[in-house]
Amino acid sequence: MKNIFALIAGLLFGGGLIISGMTNTAKVQGWLDVFGAWDPTLAFVMGGAMIPMAIAWAFTKNRSPIAGGSFPARPDPKLGRNLIIGSTLFGMGWGLAGLCPGPSIASLGFGGPNLWIFVIAMAAGMFAAPRVRASMDRMIPAE
Amino acid sequence: MQIDWIYGLIGGLLIGTGGAVYLLGNGRIMGASGIIGGLVDGSGWSTAVERIIFLVGVFAAPLVVLQFWDRSETNITSNVTQLVVAGLLVGIGTRIANGCTSGHGVCGISRLSLRGIVATVFYILAGGLTMAILRHVMGWI
Repeated sequence: MKNIFALIAGLLFGGGLIISGMTNTAKVQGWLDVFGAWDPTLAFVMGGAMIPMAIAWAFTKNRSPIAGGSFPARPDPKLGRNLIIGSTLFGMGWGLAGLCPGPSIASLGFGGPNLWIFVIAMAAGMFAAPRVRASMDRMIPAE
Repeated sequence: MQIDWIYGLIGGLLIGTGGAVYLLGNGRIMGASGIIGGLVDGSGWSTAVERIIFLVGVFAAPLVVLQFWDRSETNITSNVTQLVVAGLLVGIGTRIANGCTSGHGVCGISRLSLRGIVATVFYILAGGLTMAILRHVMGWI
């Protein structure tokens, strides 16, 4: 059952990414390019995605997931250095190539070798991340 | 251009519905970086099958759409250095921040999570600043 939900969610996510135009790096960079030909599409994608998600979150109250287990608890509201530094690094890479993790997988099947180079580098970054975080903690201990 | 926002909205609704299915069905946050990262660093191997199936769906759905509608334009750079640096930054950054556009952005903001909102503000500011400097100051991209 979990696998069926995962497949449906993945298909909707991947289909939504290509239909919305988020597999086109020029549209993502266009959204970030406020001093150039600014492209507002991404705001509509984000806004559109919030609607079913907000309904889903409201629906989780006093219920359990269909496939069992429990819903994710509200995260610790503490922001922390990792959230800020990590998001800043991510944003720099997002602007540099116009790709974030979801669209990179969604365009892997048709985007040619450059997409594979990006995804392999991203996976290497993800592999290295626990070590990067540990060395950051050694230099400046998190609160 | 005028019609692009409609495609954006329709695609966004599909993305959000995917997130809703993943949440209500499996009780999990549909965050692309977390799902991929857990496979890469081993922290999510206990739920590996579910993660891989999700990613197969993300990979396969666009190939189906492309049969009906040529939307294969990616405009991705062919500069290998740019691709590698961007990939490393995205990989390290999303894992240190524990989320990306889908997890912190779509799933986090829709539950009014402060962490999701703050992360989104920082990655959009960093992305915007990167574009401003590299495109308009340096003229590199």
